[in-house]
Order: sequence, then structure tokens, then C-alpha cells
Amino acid sequence: MRVCIVGCGAVGSLFAANLAQLDDVEVWAYDASRAHVDAINADGLRLSGAGEVVGRLRATLDPGELPACDFGIVATKAMHTSAAIGATAHAFADGCVATVQNGLGNEEAIAEHVARVIRGTTFPAGRLVEPGHVQWDVKGDTTLGPFEPRPAPIADVERLADACTRAGMPTHAVRDARGPQWRKVIFNASTNPIGALTGLTHGRVCERPDLRRLVTGLVDEGKAVAAAQGITLDADPEDLIDHAAKPEVAYDHKASMLQDIEARRTTEIDYLNGGIVRFGREHAVPTPLNQAIWALVKGVEDSWTN
Amino acid sequence: MRVVVAGAGTIGSLYAAHLARVVDVGVLTRREDHARTLNERGLQVSGRSDFTVRVSASTDPGELGDAELVIVACKGGDLEPLAAHLEGHFAGATMMTTQNGLGAEEIVAAHGAWPLLSAVTFMSGTRHDDAHVQYVLDTATWIGPYRDTSPEDAASVAELIRASGLKAEAFSDLRPAQWSKLIFNATVNAVSALTGLPHDFHFAEGMLGDLVHDLVDEGKAVAAAAGVDLGEDPWEMNVHATRRGHAHYPSMLEDVIAGRPTEIELITGSLVREAGRHGVPVPLHTALYALVRAKEASYS
Repeated sequence: MRVCIVGCGAVGSLFAANLAQLDDVEVWAYDASRAHVDAINADGLRLSGAGEVVGRLRATLDPGELPACDFGIVATKAMHTSAAIGATAHAFADGCVATVQNGLGNEEAIAEHVARVIRGTTFPAGRLVEPGHVQWDVKGDTTLGPFEPRPAPIADVERLADACTRAGMPTHAVRDARGPQWRKVIFNASTNPIGALTGLTHGRVCERPDLRRLVTGLVDEGKAVAAAQGITLDADPEDLIDHAAKPEVAYDHKASMLQDIEARRTTEIDYLNGGIVRFGREHAVPTPLNQAIWALVKGVEDSWTN
Repeated sequence: MRVVVAGAGTIGSLYAAHLARVVDVGVLTRREDHARTLNERGLQVSGRSDFTVRVSASTDPGELGDAELVIVACKGGDLEPLAAHLEGHFAGATMMTTQNGLGAEEIVAAHGAWPLLSAVTFMSGTRHDDAHVQYVLDTATWIGPYRDTSPEDAASVAELIRASGLKAEAFSDLRPAQWSKLIFNATVNAVSALTGLPHDFHFAEGMLGDLVHDLVDEGKAVAAAAGVDLGEDPWEMNVHATRRGHAHYPSMLEDVIAGRPTEIELITGSLVREAGRHGVPVPLHTALYALVRAKEASYS
């Protein structure tokens, strides 16, 4: 089986290095960072933290180098999906492509270039320490399922899930992967931008009653949009939010969007709150709070170029 | 005639310096060294005006003598201690509040029986040091009667301020103007503080413009429920202000950049409380209120 990781940042690297441990899987990685690609090709891709792994794989900046692959796993930031899959789609002419990205709309963007698409949500997290080296911060499950409008056969979804699980990334193949995806999207959209706008860690956001009520207002809008699409959430995002606020879990965690804003990097807001607003419009569900938060974070991004 | 300006931040300094060209002005400061600097160097204005005047300054209201008019020009958050400091002084004076938001008049009224005028000001400046303020936006101060004062009293103070070189206008009832400004400030200041954007074109178009419009609509609903006919339309005020050619940095944005407490309680807080009193839902202002207060909490 040949797998290409499209976008080998922190999350992509977790899949790449772990899958490279399997004898029956050949791993390629397409990435835009020359230093990272060169380091991977010279010394392998190293994970440390939650697991110590060195993966041997082929990395490239040039999509023309990619051979035909059975599977793609797209792990870019959401704003780069179209460009990345557009450049690499030829390698998946006979394969299936899964997304493990944040937010809404990635499957749709991939389906514009690829015939068989796998909807996915992943919870493991890490960060790039230096080229060729990723810190693995959090272990967690991944859920994969056929993307309904352009579905991959369930047998292929199961084959990819099996490989990921054997490689140490526990992955479930399900017929409808929307529930876990929307739970994570609602969690992220209701907490990340609040941390980003206020500068507070997740735990401090949750211990302010007025701010926690705002979080619940955002969650309720997301739940209504999910319900209007007939999506059953696999768990209540509120439970995830309260769990993460515990001191031993993620009280001191700065949301990735807050880190983005502090570093003046474009955020994924368009695919989180923006995604909820867009799906809400399609299903006639009002989402005024998500829309307000979306506009405020876009305003923050606009302030950098003023 | 003698006027005392209580509070020598940007707005207080602009009033004190301009008025000192036409009347005798005393300045009440919070810091001793500030008073000393003003007494030694006078007060310099640059920007739209360009002059330096002598003023007499002190931290002790008893040292400033009596006055016919006291302009209370501190920030909203400093008003309660300042009003307490004024208690028992200036028996012959009319007090004029100039704070943003709602409720400044009640705070001052609780500390003495002075006749009260109510004012809001749209002028702005930049404070360079204790004795130098730059006059930036030459927009007006609006004045109306509040307690034991008449429209004529408001008109004569407006006349005095105009004679000093600033803009002012008197109203028989200030509430329509005050509420227009309240809705304008609650919207623009909080959005600016949260986004880091100065008050520029982003506030009048696109997604952020839509949010600003929705925030103004919430505010209008509260005003209607409170029985106030607005003066200027806050949305029109917003659009007009974004077309001035140079972007204004609202004081709430300057406050969060500097890590200072903001006026969110007096502005958005009073709008949200009025909304609660009248049973009007204001989910967007409630969200901004929580976000700005949380941003203040993030300083520590």
C-alpha cells in the first residue's frame, strides 16, 4: 500500500512517521517547506513526546515526483487545501483521499479534484520543533468515513483505518463520520476564537461565567446547524469543553488560534465559525454569535495589514 | 469668571487650555508632580490649536478657590473617587459631567447638591506629557440640563466653550444625543478594542460592517424601549466617522494596547444593564461585554 501525506506539518508528520513503521506501507510526503523536506530525506522524520518514532519516508516539494498512490491523507491548514490537492491530485487518480484537517469544507475542496474522498477527524496533536522533528503532544483517536457526495468505498476506508491503527494511530472506520467531525468543529469554533480574542487560556475562558455563557451560545448554534443536517453528535461538545478546562487536562492550553494571532498568522476561522455560518445559511439556521465571532477574528487579521 | 477642570487627561487638558484663553482656569490633578509641572510650565496645545497658557493647578480642591463651573473630565472608571474628592467644595459651582456611557451624573449627584449639567464630547486628542496635549478631532461637546439647570444654562456654557475655540452645542434634552453616542461608543469602541482596528472603513462595509450594523440595531431597540428618541443615527455617525480620511484610535483600543482598564462598564455595561431593565435581548453587546472584560482580565 502506498500512502502520500499531503501537508506534512505537525499532524501530517504524526501519520507519516507512524505509518512508515509498517512493512506493508510505503509513505511519501508532499510539503511546501524545503528545510523540512530536506531534513526528512536526510535523517528521517522524528517524533518525540507521546511516542518516540523515527520514520523513513520520501518527502518532496515537487508534486511531479509523486508516484501513483492508494491513499492520500491531507493534513494542511484548511486555507491551503485547494492548492495542495490541486497540485497532487494526479497521484490519486486511482486512489482515495482522506482529510484529517480542522474545520468544515475540506472534503468539498478535495472532491473538486479527486473522485473518492474520505471524511475524517483526528484528535492527536503536536508541533514542529525543527525541520524533521515533531513534538507529539497528545495521543487520540481518528475517525474516517466515506464523504457522501463523492464517497470512497467503505472497504478502502477500512483498509486505511486498519493501517493507521496498526501503526499506532487508533482509527475507526464508520459509515457516517459527520458526528465526530461536528463535535470537534463545534468545540474548536466555540473555544479557540474566544481564547484568541481575549488572550486567555482555555481554563480561564471557562471559569468566567459570562464568557462561558457565550461559549454555550456558540455551541448551541453549532448544534442547531448539525441537527438541521440530520447529524447526530457522538458526544456533547459541552462535556469536551468542561473536560479540557480541568487543570490536569488543558487549563493552561493556549488555543492554536491564539498562538496564530500572537504570531500574526492567518487563522482557520473561515473553516470553523465561518463553516458553521455557511452550513447554517444553507439550512436556514440563524448563527448570529458565530457570525459575530467570525467577523471579529477577520477584523484582527485585517488589523495586521492596516 | 472662574472655571475648574477636574481631571487633566486628554479631554480635561483640552478644555483647561482652551478655556484659560478666555477665563481664569484652575486644574485639579491626581498627582502632585502633575500639578507642579502645570504651574511651572503652563499647558501647551498643538495640532488643531497651537498655544501655551498659564493655569493654576493643585491636587487639593480647597486650594483652587470657588468657581462658577466645574468640568468633571476624568475617565469613567475614576469618577467615583474624584466625585468623593470634590464633596464639600465648590459650593457656588455648577458641575458638568463629560464621561462616556450612562450614569456619570448620578455618581456626581450623590456627592453634593450642586446644579448639574450633562455633557458628552466627541473631541479627541493625544496626550504627549503632563503639560502638552495635541488637539486631534475638533468635534463638538453636546450639553444639556440635568439637575437644577435650565436649557439657558446649557446654552451659556456652550457659548463659553465656543468662545474658547472648541466646538459645543446646547440641547434642551441631552438624552437623545447621549444615547446616540452611547450606542456609537458601545459598538465602535468594543469592536476596535477586540480587533485592534482603528475606526476605519472596515467598520462600514463587509462582514465587520454587518456586525457593527447589527450592534447598532440592538442599541436602537434598547433606546426605543427606554423611551428615548435618538438624536443622530449611530450608524450614520459611524459611516461618517470612517470617512474622515485618517483613522481614529478609540480610547478603548489605546487602553487595551497599554494594558489599562477600559471604560467598558460605563459604556457597554450600562447599555446591557438598560437592556436588562427593559427586557430587550442584546446578545451581541452581551458577547462584546464579556469579551472585553475578559481581555482586561488577561492583562494579569
